Order: sequence, then structure tokens, then C-alpha cells
Amino acid sequence: MIGAAFFTNGPVQVALIIGGGAALVSAVVGVFTVLRGQSFAGHALADISSAGGSAALLFGIRPLAGFLAMAALGAGGMEAIGARQIRERDLVTGIVLGAGLGVTALLLYLDMTTTSASGAANTVMFGSMFAIAPATIPLALGVGLLALAMTAALYRPLLLIAIDPDLAAIRGIDPRLIGLAHLLVLAIAVALSAMTIGAILSTALLIGPAAASLRLATRPGTAILIAVAIGLSATWGGIALAYDSFYWTPGHGWPVSVFVVMIVLAAYLAAGPLGSALARRRMARS
Amino acid sequence: MLTLSSISVAFAGRTILHNVDFTLAQGSFCGLIGSNGSGKTTLLRTILGLVKPDRGTVDTGGHEIGYVPQKIQLDPFMPLRARDVVALGLDGNRFGLPLPSAARRRTVDAMLTAVDATGFADRRVGDLSGGQQQRIMIAHALVRRPKLLLLDEPLANLDLRSVAEVVSLLHTLSFEQRITVLLSAHDMNPLLPVMDRIVYLANGSSVSGTVGEVVRGAVLSRLYGYHIDVIRVHGRVLVVAAGGEDALDADAACEPVHVTQIR
Repeated sequence: MIGAAFFTNGPVQVALIIGGGAALVSAVVGVFTVLRGQSFAGHALADISSAGGSAALLFGIRPLAGFLAMAALGAGGMEAIGARQIRERDLVTGIVLGAGLGVTALLLYLDMTTTSASGAANTVMFGSMFAIAPATIPLALGVGLLALAMTAALYRPLLLIAIDPDLAAIRGIDPRLIGLAHLLVLAIAVALSAMTIGAILSTALLIGPAAASLRLATRPGTAILIAVAIGLSATWGGIALAYDSFYWTPGHGWPVSVFVVMIVLAAYLAAGPLGSALARRRMARS
Repeated sequence: MLTLSSISVAFAGRTILHNVDFTLAQGSFCGLIGSNGSGKTTLLRTILGLVKPDRGTVDTGGHEIGYVPQKIQLDPFMPLRARDVVALGLDGNRFGLPLPSAARRRTVDAMLTAVDATGFADRRVGDLSGGQQQRIMIAHALVRRPKLLLLDEPLANLDLRSVAEVVSLLHTLSFEQRITVLLSAHDMNPLLPVMDRIVYLANGSSVSGTVGEVVRGAVLSRLYGYHIDVIRVHGRVLVVAAGGEDALDADAACEPVHVTQIR
């Protein structure tokens, strides 16, 4: 069913570019997020960013700018409240998350009562892959590249901290500062994904590909490549299937997000047994 | 090589270390012995500069320090091979992606050979046994060739054979490369054949010297503040709190009654 019309369709082109970029950034950042045990923080930042997305609809500014501003604010908030222990960190994350979603509830209510954006909640929470303004591309590309560059810069310190923060500290690296920088990168990743597959679902692109790749890879570089492959396959595959779904149920297609998260889930479920098989082979060889 | 002068550390008003003094000469192999909670980790972190002492000074002579932290919990899915962990010891503090380099690889390979880890260098660290992980962490700490090596309870949670292997590896490295080793342990017995100095911690205070000077009933009784018997059996040492109920209730008292394995 997918022919030339798929690739010449304007909204599809924008979706392929921005969706692909968001998936790429999320997969790379996700590997370090999972290694640092910050999956919950990632999910929380995405949810918090929904307040920005809803505010953007209310004030008529670009949704990505709203998602970005709120995610960055959330990251700053978590760091400012501060937490030394993992348990405490989860509590702080939960508290900031609650506050952010409360604001979202108000803004979405205002969106739907004072503007014509009747589908605001759906757009913000579950994405709008085919409704992204082409003018968003430069900003998305810019922050996406910034996130990738920062991750490349922090690559070794992040790995060293993942082994033990003290090992980094004695080499003159401040684990807390690196943690804050990573949190900001995380904010960019989830804001990009929030715009494409929705604030609530962006966790799927952040955590899913990374978690699957960590079951397969023995090296950090390989883990990142596998995660990127899964993230891109899920996003592009999801776009293709959603486009195709217009022909399944005449008159309306299915949401892209459904297909994206299903492909990610399938990859994760397949990675478990595949990883065990690979591990057995490595054991047998050595 | 390493001199601590009247180090005192308190957290939230609770004294952890009080007037700890000792000096280690280059190439010496020193056990930092004390029960759980006696301040061993705090003392090592103070030497590393991670804890600021309330009083006293640490002089490391400007030497770089290698460090093996306590009970590293390596995620089984951590995508790092043993050799990657060693390489991070070399330049893990640098920013940017690591570019392939023959010199870097040679240095890492030489270190892997030195700790006898070439056989599992390409395996994922999470898949390695406790003893193998400990060797890799030692290689990580030594790959920059520091002259001072601190290890926090490196023998805890290891099986008997791995304990013997790690002790003998550390002794060889210390002897051949003149590395000063300071290693904390709650049981001194595995270290008796190799240790030339001992720092004994109890109640936040310390005594130091040779094993013969320190591990004596009178000395340890003064340190603990109640009667301690030191019993030597088959080349092993038992530190026994011989006091009444009070002594046994004191948290440190349980630990000295450490009947070690029978060979």
C-alpha cells in the first residue's frame, strides 16, 4: 500500500524527519538514563513537559518550545530540591511530577474552554506526529544536535560514574554537576519525543530501545547503536503503519503512537531471550 | 608516603574518627582493621579528599591515589567489558568520545596481564565472578601507575580461594612495583602473611604499628576500653571480647569474636 505518495506527502515527510530525530536522541540518551537508574526521572520529565505543551497551545506558541521549557524547568526543580539517595531522589521526582501535572490539568482545561483546541489533551498527551509544523524543524534539529553533542562530551564521565561516583570524584569530576547536565539532556530528549508520540508515551522511546539494547550489547557503543536501530525502526515503522491504517478503517487512520510503542515492546520482549542466547554463546566460547 | 596527623571527623555531631595518626613508608602493605561501623570507609574517603576532616591533615606527598571502592554493585546489564572498565581508569575523567589508540590499548593490555585477567578481558563485567570483578577494579585503580593504592573491604563477599588470590595479587603488585597498599578489612587473618603494618580502628580511635606491636591483649583492651584477649591458634589470630554483658553489647564487641575458617 505504501508507494511514492507516502514519501511525497508533506506531513509524512515532517513526521519522518522529526520523528526520526526524536527517536535517535531518545535512544542515545536513554542508554545512559537506564544505566543511571533514572527511568522514573525520565518519565516524570516527560509528563511535566506536558504543562509546557498545553501552555503553548493556550498562548499560540510553538509546542516544542513549550515542551522544552517545561522539561528543563522540571529538571532544574528536581536538582534544586536535591537528593543524595536513590530513595529520596524518587520522592523528589514524584513531588515535582505531581506539581507539573497539576499545572497541566489547569492549562488543558483552559485550552479546551477558552480556545478552539478541543483535542488539546489528546495532542499533548498522545502526540501529533502528522500535525507538526515544518517550521519546527530547525529548532528540533538544533536542540537534538545539542543533546547528542553533550552526550558525546559526557560519554566517559557518565560511564565512570555508573561504575561508582567516588571513582569519578577522585579524578576531579563532580558527579552532581555531570548528573545535572545529563538531566538537561534528558529534558531535551523527552521534549522532542513528547511532541511526536506524546508526553505520556515518550518514555517508550526513551527507555524501551535502551533497555532492549542493554540485554544484547557488551559495549557501550554497541548498546547505543542497537538502541538507535530499535528507536528508528519503531518510529518509522509506526509512521508507515499509521499511514497505511487509513486504508484499514476507511475515513480515519489509527494513532501513530500505538504502532510505535507496540514495536518497541516487541523489540524489548525479543531482546530478553536473544540476550540470554548470546550470553550462553559468549560463555561457551571463553 | 602517607601521613595522617590527628584526623578527626564528625557527622551530624557524632564522632566517627578521633585523633587518628599514622605514617606509611613507601612500599608498605598495611591493613586497616576494624569492625563494621568503626570508621574504615570514612578514613579512606578522608585520605582521598572526599571527606573533609574537622581537624587534622592528610599528606599524600602529592602522589596520585588508586582506589577500589567497597562492594561495587555492577549492574549485570552494564554494557562494559572488563577491558572497558580498565580503560576508564586511564582516561574516564576526560570529556568526549574515546578515539581508538594503539598506545591506550597497549597500556590496558599490560594492566590486564599484570592482574592475570587476560582470560576474561572481553567478557561483560556483570558476568564475572566476585574475585574476577575485584581484579578488574584493582587494574582500574592501578592503570595510571599510582604509588598509593587504597582498597575498601576488597575481600568481603569473596569465597576463600578468591580471597587468597586477591591477597597474593596485591602482595605481588606491592612488592614488584613498590606500591604502598592500604586495605581495609574486618578480618585480619587473610592478611597476616603479607601485612607489614596494621592500623586498628575502634571507637573512632586508632593504634598503628607492626602486627606484633598492635595485636596484643593490652593494646587492644586500651583501644576498646574493655578487656580483650588475643589468642593465636595455628598461625591465626582470634580477638575475643572477654568482658561481661556490657562489653558484648557494645557494637564493636561482636566483631572481634571472629572465629575464622578452619583449614
